[in-house]
Amino acid sequence: MATLRTPVDPHDHTQGDPNAPCTLVEYGDYQCLHCARAYPIVKRAQEHFGDRLLFVYRNFPLTRSHPLAESAAEAAEFAATQGKFWEMHDLLFENQDRLGPDLYQQLATQLGLDPAALVDALDSGQFLDHIRAEFMGGVRSGVNGTPTFFINGERHDGPFDYPALVGAINAALANS
Amino acid sequence: MPEILPAGTPAPDFTLPVTPDQKLSLSDLRGKPVILAFYPADWSPVCGDQMGVYNEILPEFQKHGAELIGISVDGPWCHDAFAQDRGFHFPLLADFEPKGAVARRYGVYRDGDGISERALFVIDKDGKIAWSYLSPIAVNPGADGILDALENLPK
Repeated sequence: MATLRTPVDPHDHTQGDPNAPCTLVEYGDYQCLHCARAYPIVKRAQEHFGDRLLFVYRNFPLTRSHPLAESAAEAAEFAATQGKFWEMHDLLFENQDRLGPDLYQQLATQLGLDPAALVDALDSGQFLDHIRAEFMGGVRSGVNGTPTFFINGERHDGPFDYPALVGAINAALANS
Repeated sequence: MPEILPAGTPAPDFTLPVTPDQKLSLSDLRGKPVILAFYPADWSPVCGDQMGVYNEILPEFQKHGAELIGISVDGPWCHDAFAQDRGFHFPLLADFEPKGAVARRYGVYRDGDGISERALFVIDKDGKIAWSYLSPIAVNPGADGILDALENLPK
């Protein structure tokens, strides 16, 4: 059974109560169709579980199959530096069919961020080491495609439709 | 049910088509570690993800000087189309005729289904199996076990 080897820490992007009895970690790729399909399912699960669920998103861009996944991850990390990670994360998935520099600048403006600073940040590649480290941490934990979920540190190997995901989280809550 | 060859066993040598007109032998790669990834079929969703992840982390395998080889019972033309579609940068071998013969020798052929198991081998530079792993067929095993095994190879 694959287990999460990189514990959730203060550098992670999280939503929910840090002391929640269940932690759901997603390794995702903004250009992956399956991740876009998972996005509203995770949101619904977060609403359902409320304070009982901490959600963590980590980057796992499969750049050879998804050439825009890495730049999208950089745009989200840029937004994170100004406290807008989740807003950017959501908008990227909601506009997955338009990923690219024009969209990133448009979303930056929409979120009240400086689009020129975003362009500079992407040009400098300043977030790439972090994204790559997250990717390799995922590989060492057994991430095997996108999205890969870990529920309380255990890789979730089944389907991730809403009933399956909620069922797996309920099982983890029953064990915690 | 035959057993998957365990660590410590000499890796059976084989020669299989790597393209419609070229062959590759395991013994050609002697001197460097080889990752042999048996998978059930080209195009199936789990296999595609699994090979896609391996393709992405080829540089990590290369840090260990290791060669990655995918192997299934699909024919070389099928492999060719699959590899081109996905942009793979590693060889896929066709265990096609006699069907599954290499998978059988490694103890990872599924008789009733006519496909190989989803199984991983790390073979050391001297041609000995250093690590093997049989995954549940529906579960993509990822690369953590491979990287652990490569790190554990004697330097």
